[in-house]
Amino acid sequence: MNLAYRDIRHHRGRFLLTCLGLGLLLAVVLSMLGIYRGLVADALTLVRAPAVDVWVVESGTRGPFAEASRIPGDTREAIARLHGVAAAGSLTYQSVETRHRGRRLRLQVVGYEPGRPGGPPRIVEGRPIARSHYEMIADRASGLLPGDRVRLGRNIFTVVGLTENLVSSGGDPVVHLTLRDSQELQFELAPSAARRQMARGTAPGSTDFVNAVVVRTRPEIAPERVAETIRRWRRLSALTRAEQERVLTRSVVDKARKQIGFFTTLLLVVSAVIIALIIYTMTMDKLREIATLKLIGAPDRTIVGLVLQQALAMGILGYTFGALLILAVADHFPRRVILRPEDGLGLGIAVFLVCLLASGLGVRLALSVDPAAALRG
Amino acid sequence: MTGDTGGRPLIELEGIAKHFGEGETRVEALRGITLAVGPGEVVGLLGPSGSGKTTLLNVIGCVLEPSAGRMVLDGETVYDGRWTRRDLRQLRLRKIGFVFQFHNLLPFLDSTDNVALVLDLAGLPVAEARRRANELLDYLEVGHRRHAFPAALSGGEAQRVAIARALANRPRIILADEPTAALDSSRARVVVDLLRRLAVEQRAAILVVTHDEKIYDRFDRIFHLRDGALEVERPLTRSRRKS
Ligand SMILES: Nc1ncnc2c1ncn2[C@@H]1O[C@H](COP(=O)(O)OP(=O)(O)OP(=O)(O)O)[C@@H](O)[C@H]1O
Ligand SMILES: [Mg+2]
Repeated sequence: MNLAYRDIRHHRGRFLLTCLGLGLLLAVVLSMLGIYRGLVADALTLVRAPAVDVWVVESGTRGPFAEASRIPGDTREAIARLHGVAAAGSLTYQSVETRHRGRRLRLQVVGYEPGRPGGPPRIVEGRPIARSHYEMIADRASGLLPGDRVRLGRNIFTVVGLTENLVSSGGDPVVHLTLRDSQELQFELAPSAARRQMARGTAPGSTDFVNAVVVRTRPEIAPERVAETIRRWRRLSALTRAEQERVLTRSVVDKARKQIGFFTTLLLVVSAVIIALIIYTMTMDKLREIATLKLIGAPDRTIVGLVLQQALAMGILGYTFGALLILAVADHFPRRVILRPEDGLGLGIAVFLVCLLASGLGVRLALSVDPAAALRG
Repeated sequence: MTGDTGGRPLIELEGIAKHFGEGETRVEALRGITLAVGPGEVVGLLGPSGSGKTTLLNVIGCVLEPSAGRMVLDGETVYDGRWTRRDLRQLRLRKIGFVFQFHNLLPFLDSTDNVALVLDLAGLPVAEARRRANELLDYLEVGHRRHAFPAALSGGEAQRVAIARALANRPRIILADEPTAALDSSRARVVVDLLRRLAVEQRAAILVVTHDEKIYDRFDRIFHLRDGALEVERPLTRSRRKS
């Protein structure tokens, strides 16, 4: 006769409600873990997308993501001639805001040279950019579809293809334009004074600026060697892919990561305390029954089993509710939520251990009950 | 008249004492209790509130360790200056049945399983335990409520289920603390008569704590406790004897 099960069955309404509550709490913990993973992944997608080995940026900066960087448009040609460089491409980055179907749309615009490194990594729908002007590749996250027309600056762009999971570290969906179009857009959106200067040619150079040049090295040459060479040039600085990712993680992600990490830890602690409290109260509610069991001669094993099995049943059921819930809603979050099996497993084990520990408390309480308590009125 | 058997007593106490606390707060709950109850006997335990009735029952039930004295249950010396038996729980399970003032049935088990539980704990297969439990319930005339949970039972029904549980392992010793407090007087008599019948049939010793004057005449003997000490045993003037 399994007493734990019989007791649960007798109070199934209350028990299920408790599990549901615990499930909601665990769903929040799981979603925090997912948000955290999503944040880290999002922050790095833009760096990883071009799949390049070296980033060339303005000297003295750690651009183009962590700091602003502006280098002359002809840099790419010089870099491409370097020993060990297989391919190079110019890139621009800027944020723009526009309206589409009455909705405000913030976009991260990436300008690239079709046919050179730096373009969209994978087109999941539609086609790549084929014409030199007014075509764009948008990310699904923007809600744009092939054929949609969007105004950016003075011009109207037609969406020809879609990418997936490409957002800026701020979560804005990425759109790709040709380098020429994006430079024009940068010029249009610059403050008017700077624009006049640039048009007159009195500002340093013309409108032909880019934010970074990305380099794919030959397989037999270490990217670090190419970066070394570039660093010797006066006006340029170079970061390998690993350095760039580190810079970005430190500057952009770390605070947010610590914030979320701290909050997740807090949530875990709160859940642990709540689980412990529930189990303790569940035992408190049964002290009289436990005293009776002891009096009629039930062995400690029966009493420990009662507390432990109920605690574990609650943990398992609560966790299952939580996991199902988060799986059902993960895709509806405005930003990416990445549910990794190892995170789920980790939390599962944590819940299991907390239940075990908390039932330790309950068991101590239960075993300390005086069987004579059952005889008192 | 002490039961109908020769046999040695099932409950034997010799100079049992129990005190709580020390110094200022010391309470002498039991002082030098010596008594014996034989098989087939139903004995009443009377006394004013605080006189030590529950304490005595707890001591005999092996849930409270006496401070001094000697206690022999069913021929086995259980206490002799200290517990002489390590597994008191097994002893309680096999030899002692408790009937509480408040029935203390487990609220999450139906009548059958409340009774079957003690058989299950004693190692009987569940099906067999349930069969025996139902027999007992029938015997106590609550068989028709076998599927009811305690919350749905009347006071008398619950008390009879509790008695069935106390009897399930055929204990030689049954201890009842105010078993009739929750019942009206006619039902109280029925319960005591039932205990009496069991005492005879199962050759058990039954000790009943009560305040209930209406059932005094149902006991074979009555012990009076006052301030933790046994007063001289009063012979009963019984109008009729059953056994
Ligand atoms: N755990 C304890 N700690 C301290 N004193 C106790 C304890 N249990 C009982 N006592 C004291 O021992 C004495 C006897 O108590 P007991 O419960 O045996 O009385 P009783 O005869 O059952 O009373 P009632 O008729 O009210 O149930 C009382 O003075 C009581 O206060
Ligand atoms: Mg009492």
